[in-house]
Amino acid sequence: MSTAQTTPDALSTQADVSAEIEKVHAGTTGAGETQPRIDFPPYRSSLLRHPTKALRHADPEGCELVAPVFGHSDVAPVEADLTIQHTGDPVGERMVVTGRVLDGDGRPVRHQLVEIWQANSAGRYIHKRDQHPAPLDPHFTGVGRCLTDADGTYRFTTIKPGPYPWRNHLNAWRPAHIHFSLFGTDFTQRMITQMYFPGDPLFALDPIYQSITDQAARDRLVASYDHDLTTHEWATGYRWDVVLTGSHATPMEREDDDA
Amino acid sequence: MPERLTATPGQTIGPFFHYALPYERGNQLVPGGSAGSLRLHGTVYDGDATPIPDALVEIRQADPTGHVPSVEGSLRRDGSDFTGWGRCATDTVGRYSFTTVEPGPVRDGGAAFFSVVVFARGLLNRLFTRAYLPDDARQGEALAADPLLASPGRDVERLVAVREESGDLRFDIHLQGDAETPFLTFPGHEA
Repeated sequence: MSTAQTTPDALSTQADVSAEIEKVHAGTTGAGETQPRIDFPPYRSSLLRHPTKALRHADPEGCELVAPVFGHSDVAPVEADLTIQHTGDPVGERMVVTGRVLDGDGRPVRHQLVEIWQANSAGRYIHKRDQHPAPLDPHFTGVGRCLTDADGTYRFTTIKPGPYPWRNHLNAWRPAHIHFSLFGTDFTQRMITQMYFPGDPLFALDPIYQSITDQAARDRLVASYDHDLTTHEWATGYRWDVVLTGSHATPMEREDDDA
Repeated sequence: MPERLTATPGQTIGPFFHYALPYERGNQLVPGGSAGSLRLHGTVYDGDATPIPDALVEIRQADPTGHVPSVEGSLRRDGSDFTGWGRCATDTVGRYSFTTVEPGPVRDGGAAFFSVVVFARGLLNRLFTRAYLPDDARQGEALAADPLLASPGRDVERLVAVREESGDLRFDIHLQGDAETPFLTFPGHEA
């Protein structure tokens, strides 16, 4: 990104960016796109980082058919609780987030690694690159890992992250989000995404979220508040299932499904 | 009853993953200095040929016999098992480096390659590619017979890693531009 993009006077306004988003969306065909556009100029840092040539079709083979395996020697149970990593409680809304990881055929992705990272309740990341004026929380790092269980279920305890300002354009704010990194049963299912929260007023304004041009596809990134997950005087609960692309692994390479 | 479900969309990895995803010896699929080890390394570039200091590269591979490992231990890296997966963030000048061993072909007559996946700030979804072993690794015939490398266009040549004098393999990744690396889509992926 050139320096011209980062000085405040050279940044576009929200109105300009919103108009650009609307123009791209208006140009889409009826068939709903299910993945983000990688060429999406409203997200300014995509300009020099998106491939311009069509992706090549390949039949997956060899190592592409087998995801890496992780187990209890790799991940300790405490890593799933982002609120107990320091000597005191972090500030903010304690929440549980849980759901199932499934493949495109609806099969659970079992015993597989899920990694998350996020800002604190004030919207500040501990990463030194984030220097915006929101407080750090000495009791919150914001990194978690777990393995899905035999039903494909992951579960984290954390603090609800705040929205955070960035320099894509003037007065740009990312909706509150948790970054998720996922593996499936074959390596072609590998993906990284972001989970959002219902009713966030920033959705329409965010070029990263809006790079997904179809509303039904955008909706798949939004968790649901689940009062049955919420616990008395302790934590709110959110549910979010993730669907990976279909597995190309043969039945012998996958764990046997239950009947 | 299994049903067809639509995949959840991806999103960019963003600029703050360094304290979360990279881990100690993540880029060492074998301990440094092991017999038969070499580096698979390169630079990730943007469309202006500027190195990208905030990209994440992962590789997946078979072992030298052509077996793809399904063993845990990738995050522990205690040198006991070869897991065939590694992760490396680019440094301040856009370089990544893995210490590993050369994969053998998985199928008879097949060409040996590393599966490579790239994430970066500014990249709204992951990109897959392959780094094939060059034809000095006794795989000249296999390369010539490989269906992906047979696709039209000279740019598929960029999918073959370059052997350096040291024996290491160089594989640069250009997200955009004249030297743009071919990226892959698989059945079931949208675009």
